Amino acid sequence: MAVLIYTENFNGKFKKATYELVSYGTETANKLGSEAIAVTIGNVDESTLKELGNYGAKKVFVVKNGELKDFSAQAYTAVIEQVASNNNADVIVFGNNPSGRAVAPRLTVKMNAGLAAGAVDVPSSTSPFKVKKRAYSGKAFADVIINSDVKVLTLSQNSYKIVETGGDIEIEDFTAEIPEGAYAVKLVEVVKSKGKLSVTDADILISAGRGLKGPENWGMIEEMAEILGAGTSCSRPVTDLDWRPHDEHVGQTGKVVAPNLYIAIGISGAIQHLAGVNSSKVMVCINTDADAPFFESADYGIVGDAFEVVPKLNEAFKKFIAES
Amino acid sequence: MKALVCIGHVPDTTSKIRFTDNDTKFDNTDIQYIIGPYEELALTRLLDIKDSGTDVHITAVNVGPVETEATLRKALAMGADEAVRVNAEPADAVFVAKQIAEVFKNGEYDVIVTGKESIDYNGSQVEGMIAEFIGLPSVSGASLFEIDGDKVKMEQEIEGGKQVLNATFPFVVSAGKGFALEPRIPNMRGIMMARRKKLDVVEPVEQNNMTEVVKHYLPEAKPQCKMVDPENVEELVRLLHEEAKII
Repeated sequence: MAVLIYTENFNGKFKKATYELVSYGTETANKLGSEAIAVTIGNVDESTLKELGNYGAKKVFVVKNGELKDFSAQAYTAVIEQVASNNNADVIVFGNNPSGRAVAPRLTVKMNAGLAAGAVDVPSSTSPFKVKKRAYSGKAFADVIINSDVKVLTLSQNSYKIVETGGDIEIEDFTAEIPEGAYAVKLVEVVKSKGKLSVTDADILISAGRGLKGPENWGMIEEMAEILGAGTSCSRPVTDLDWRPHDEHVGQTGKVVAPNLYIAIGISGAIQHLAGVNSSKVMVCINTDADAPFFESADYGIVGDAFEVVPKLNEAFKKFIAES
Repeated sequence: MKALVCIGHVPDTTSKIRFTDNDTKFDNTDIQYIIGPYEELALTRLLDIKDSGTDVHITAVNVGPVETEATLRKALAMGADEAVRVNAEPADAVFVAKQIAEVFKNGEYDVIVTGKESIDYNGSQVEGMIAEFIGLPSVSGASLFEIDGDKVKMEQEIEGGKQVLNATFPFVVSAGKGFALEPRIPNMRGIMMARRKKLDVVEPVEQNNMTEVVKHYLPEAKPQCKMVDPENVEELVRLLHEEAKII
């Protein structure tokens, strides 16, 4: 028996979320008394692969079939199923990211398994197999029991700690069979988001809302992001008004984020917005309205005009960074 | 094109979430049910395509008890041509996907459109599961859906960007943000017409539940927000550094 971790690489590199996932898979394997193994698709150099061992994976299968260069949910599902079956994996874990959301459900059906999507912790019991997950868009959590022999999990981003265990990892090439028709949907092109930090990757997010009155006032928000090495995001009305690009919208119908620090400026905190951000570790709210609902969820608050507070805060952050 | 669009029956996004029966069940008291926001976008896009002159027949489908018919009627009022309700408690995502796969097999559909995720259990599960049950390609979280002859151009979210795709029928796609711009609101004529549209009720096929939800929790209450004087923003920097240890 084994816990198989799908360690997605991005042009041969792993992300922090990958190491979170390996730590999670390793701790789950410890609880089950089994071993954590990993699979990655594409070319990754040896020193990068060895990093996975540092977080507890004992073995990694590298699938290099050339036709897998482009993502296809059908093809990737087939490949991961082959690695899982060959190694008697009974738990398979994915990140709750675009590829995980596309592949995990297919794999669940293919392996006659059950799926807990958006897990926030390792299983609280292994028999029955019970795991806590996000529900109601972050407004609640639920304990789910998976009754099938094979269990598939996706891990909510930023919800598990990275644990360095040290340790060696065995690297093995795996040649997979790609089923016919797995690339029936033709890839025309890949469009990368512009050079900036994506909202789901950023450790710190500076987020602004309609309180900023217009797109021309975002300079001070971008300045704060630059000082702190943060990403920028916004509330829904801001993207609806086309003040900011749609990929910056965080909230229930935008991107769900969980950064270490979320600074909300001129965002009142409607329940739909909070649902997408309330897994952040620390939240700061800056708003002119002392009754803004965001203050009920925030850890720190300033009641004040963003146009006065933000420039002062930027100076204070700059001074802090210069002195530390 | 014949489209099967999955309609989720979910609590209104502004609902206060509470549980009952020792936290095992969702508390329905005073809850308004709506079409899931992503399914609303899915249906809206199909209606937009139909309005632009393409021949589109839309069947709305839901797996649920009789109470969910009001939500299906709303889909009909928005403009769907007919509806199917699979008469069963939606036990888990695998169960629901199996039922929808069965409806697909019993009709002659070209495409199944779902929402990117349900806003109750946030599964993002059903689209991929249906596709695997039938053996079709799947596209997740699409932000574009354009028909050009027998080809459909779509955009699918991937980490750090998107893929532009070309597909031919049949396939399964889940609608994400951008699939349609503003959800369509039913007008009075639509509401009147919806009453006369066909709503079939079919019995479920057998499928074991793989998962069960046994308990719910509300997030822990946050300690009270610490207020900082706007004239002394250095204090916020100090708190973030020394107390929260976040910068």
